[in-house]
Amino acid sequence: MANGQTQPMNPLTEKLRLRLDEDQLTNCMRCGFCLPACPTFAETGLEAESPRGRIALMKAVTDGLMAPDQAFEDQMNHCLGCRACEPACPAGVKYGQLIEQARDAIEDHKRHKPLVRAARHAAFKTVFPHQNRMKWVGRGLRFYQKSGLRAAAHATGAMKLFPKHLRDMEKILPDAAGRGVVEQIGDRHPAKGEKIATVALFRGCIMDVLFTDTNIHTVDLLTAAGFEVVIPREQNCCGALHAHSGEAEGARELARRNIQTFKAAGVDYIVSNAGGCGAILSEYDHLLHEDPQWRDDAVWFAERVVDISDLLVRFGRKLDFGRDDAAGGTEPVRITYQDSCHLRNVMRSSDAPRKLMRQVEGAQYVEMTGADRCCGSAGIYNITQPAMAGQILDHKMEHAEATQASYLLTSNPGCLLQMKHGIEEHGLSGRMEAVHIVDFLHERLNK
Amino acid sequence: MLQEEVKRELISILGSAYVKDDPQSLVTHSYDGTPMLQSLPDGVVYPSSTEEVSRIMKVLSRYKIPVVGRGSGTNLCGGTVPVQGGIVMVMHRMNRILEIDLENLTATVQPGLNTKQFSTHVESLGLFYPPDPSSMAISTIGGNIAECSGGLRGLKYGTTKDYVIGLEAVLASGDVIRTGGKLMKDVAGYDLTKLLVGSEGTLAIITEATLKLIPPPRYKKTMLAMYKDLYGAARTVSKIIENRIIPATLEILDNATIRVVDDFAKLGLPLDMEAILIIEQDGDQEAVERDIAIITEVCRSEHADQVSIAASPEEAEKLLTARRSAFTALARLRPTTILEDATVPRSKIADMVIEINRIAKKHQVQISTFGHAGDGNLHPTATTDARNKEEIARVEEAFEEIFEAAIRLGGTITGEHGVGMVKSPYLEWKVGPAGMDVMKAIKNSFDPDHLLNPGKVFAKETRKRVVIQRG
Repeated sequence: MANGQTQPMNPLTEKLRLRLDEDQLTNCMRCGFCLPACPTFAETGLEAESPRGRIALMKAVTDGLMAPDQAFEDQMNHCLGCRACEPACPAGVKYGQLIEQARDAIEDHKRHKPLVRAARHAAFKTVFPHQNRMKWVGRGLRFYQKSGLRAAAHATGAMKLFPKHLRDMEKILPDAAGRGVVEQIGDRHPAKGEKIATVALFRGCIMDVLFTDTNIHTVDLLTAAGFEVVIPREQNCCGALHAHSGEAEGARELARRNIQTFKAAGVDYIVSNAGGCGAILSEYDHLLHEDPQWRDDAVWFAERVVDISDLLVRFGRKLDFGRDDAAGGTEPVRITYQDSCHLRNVMRSSDAPRKLMRQVEGAQYVEMTGADRCCGSAGIYNITQPAMAGQILDHKMEHAEATQASYLLTSNPGCLLQMKHGIEEHGLSGRMEAVHIVDFLHERLNK
Repeated sequence: MLQEEVKRELISILGSAYVKDDPQSLVTHSYDGTPMLQSLPDGVVYPSSTEEVSRIMKVLSRYKIPVVGRGSGTNLCGGTVPVQGGIVMVMHRMNRILEIDLENLTATVQPGLNTKQFSTHVESLGLFYPPDPSSMAISTIGGNIAECSGGLRGLKYGTTKDYVIGLEAVLASGDVIRTGGKLMKDVAGYDLTKLLVGSEGTLAIITEATLKLIPPPRYKKTMLAMYKDLYGAARTVSKIIENRIIPATLEILDNATIRVVDDFAKLGLPLDMEAILIIEQDGDQEAVERDIAIITEVCRSEHADQVSIAASPEEAEKLLTARRSAFTALARLRPTTILEDATVPRSKIADMVIEINRIAKKHQVQISTFGHAGDGNLHPTATTDARNKEEIARVEEAFEEIFEAAIRLGGTITGEHGVGMVKSPYLEWKVGPAGMDVMKAIKNSFDPDHLLNPGKVFAKETRKRVVIQRG
C-alpha cells in the first residue's frame, strides 16, 4: 500500500502502466452489471474473481494503490477470457483487451522456469506459427496414435506419469490427420449453382490437424450454399493462443502474414469454423491499430471475417438438411448446443447456429440451460487451471444431461474437446455425442 | 491494518478462508457503483449465519472497529465504500430463501439473496415481488432493504419498504433484534421495521427479512410514445396521472439516453426523437385496454410523434431491460457518469425537466435525463471525465442547484438511491436542523460508538444553501 510514497517503482507496475489502456480502465464505472455474466464469479462469489474486480485491481496497480504481487498475476490468469462480460457491459468496456494487455505485461516481465520457457518457446515461436510444422506435429501424433505407441503407453501405465487432466485430454484427442484440407481436396472449389460470392476458408492450425474432416465438410456446405471457396495455402495460425497468453507481438506477426495471404486471394468473405480463431481474426484491426503500415489492411481483413453459420444464414442459399438415410428411425433426434464463447461474445453470433439446427429435419433442438456460459475449455485454460475448469465443466455437464440430447453440438475445437471430455467423465458415453455443428449439418445435407 | 489479535478472533469465529486482508481483497472491496469514491478497508469477512454476525459484532465493538455491510456493491451513493476503513462484511454466503409461506403469502429470506433470482423464483410459484431496481440482476435483497431500493414499478406498487414486514438484525453491540412478522397489521411500539429499511447500514446489520408477496397481475401491455419535444413528453406524464391512471411503469428517456441505450441494446429505437416514454399497465384485461386507450389519447394530445404497442411480452421485456442499462450506457458518451435522483411531486415533472436543462446550460455541463417519471423520480446524469477536475467542479455546482430546485418544487434530494456519502452535505436542506437532531439521536441510540457504516448519511458539514432568487 505504497500510495504517494517515493520509492523505486515496481518494474511490473511500470510495464502495466505502459500497456493498459487508461481510457478503458476509466470507462469501467463499477456498476457491476458484468458480475452475473462471469463464470469465475459464479463459481466463487468473490468480487476479485469478477470482471469489475479484475479491472479494479488493474486500475489499483496503475494508480499506485497496490503493488502487483503473485496473487495479482494469478488472478489475471484465473480469468477464462470468455468475454461474456462484454455483451453484458452497458458502457462497452473492452475487457478482453484489458486482460490481454495485463497478461502481456506480466509475461514480458516474467522469468519462467527453464522448462516452462522452453515449452512456451517451442509452442509459441517454433510450432504454431508454421503450418507445415503443425502438420509434422499432426503426423507425430498420428504415429503415436496408430503405431501402437499409444496402446503401449496406456498398457504400461506410462500415461500415469502425467497429471490427471492431461491424461484425460490425451484420451479424448481425435485421430490426427497427416494431411490437411488442401492436401486432401485442393485449394479451389467452385460454387454449386449460381455463385453468390467468393470466400476464403480459414482452416486453422489445430482444426486442420485434428479436425480435417470438419474443414472438408465446411467446404462442402459452403459450395452447396452457393459460395466459391478458396483455401489460401500460405495461411498460418490465427494467433489467438498467443494473444491470450501474453504473447502479443507473436500474435501481431501471425496477423500480418495472414493479412498478406488473404489480401492476395482477393475474396468477399473470410470464413472461419472455429469461434476462437474467428474472434481474433475479426479483431486484427484492434491488434494492429498502432501499426501505421498495416492498420488499413487489418481493417479490410477484420471486416470480412465471418463464421460459417452466420454466412450460411445471412447470405447463403437455403440448404436442405433432410437427407432420408441420415437420421434413421421415426423418433426425432434431440440435439442441443454449447455456444463458443468467442463466437457469441466477440463475433456476436448466437442466433445463426440455432437457426441452422432448427432447420434440420427429424431433429428436435432443445436449448441447454447456461449454453451461453463458458464450458471451461477456454483455449488452454483447462490445462493451466484444471481445478476451476473442472468445477465449471461439472456444472455444464449437469445441464447437458438434463437436455436428454443425443448430440451436443459446438462451433469451436476447444469446446468440442472439452465436451467430449465432459461426456466421458460424466458417464454419458453411448447416450450423448459431442459433434462440431458443421459435421452434424453435413451428415444431414441432402446433396 | 487489521491487528493480529482481532484477526485471530475473527478467524476463530469464521475460519481462515472467510477472513481476508490481502491486498486483492481490500482493493476489491474499496468501491461500489458510485463514481470517484474509493477507500480501502482493513479486512473483509464473509459470515454464514446470524450467530456469526453477532459474534463478529461483539469483537468489533470491543475493539471499536467500523463495519460496513455489503451485498453486491451496486449502490450509487457511496453506501458501501469503507470511508473510515475497518471491516467490510460481505453477506453473499447468507443467500438462502428460508421459507415461502403460501398461506400467508410471505417469503422469509437471508440478506445475501440475489434480487432477480428471488423475483424469478417467486414468479414460478404464481406470486409477485414488485420491487425491481435496475441493478436487480446483481443486487441483493439485503442491499435493497438497506437502501430502500425503488425501481420501474414504484409508482403503482411502491418500493422495497412497502414489502418488508419483518426483520432480524444484529445491533452494534452484537445483540439480535426481531421486528414485525408475518403480520399485515402491527402497531406494537415504534415501527422499527420501516426505520431499518433505508437506514443504509448505519443502524444494524440485517440478517433476515420477511417480505410480503402479492398475486401477480393477470394481463400486461407495454407501449412506447415518441416525442419531438421533451417537454411534451414530460407534460404527458403529469397529465396521465391527472387522468387518474396510475400505470405500472412510466419511464422517460431523453435523446442522449435513447442513443446510448440503443447503441448497447440494438433495439432500433428512433434516434431522431427528443424523448420517449415507456409505459406499462397491468391488471385485468378490460381495465388495461381501457387505460392504454386513454393514455394513447393523452400522448396524442401532447403531440406524440408516434405511439406503438409492444408486439410481445419478450419485446416489452427487452425494452425494460434496455431502460435498466441507461445509467451505465451513458458512459459510452464520456467515461464518468454521475447520476442523481432528485424527486419532485408528479405534477412538477415538466418544471423539473426545464430546470435541469437550464442549470446544465448555465454551468456548461452535459446532463442527460431519464428516469421513473411517473413517480416524479428523475435521474439527471452528468456525463463527464473524472480526470478533468475543473469540469467536475462545475458538475458539482450544477447538481447543487438541481437539489435546490427539487426542494423548491416540493421535492427531495434523493428518491431511491440513498444519502450515503454523496448527498450527506445536502440532507439538512431537506429535513431541517431539528430533523437532523432527531436522526442523530436515533443513530446514537442504535450505535453509540458510530461503528456501523460511519461517514454515511451525516456529513461533517452541511453545504451552505444558495437560495436562488427567481424573478
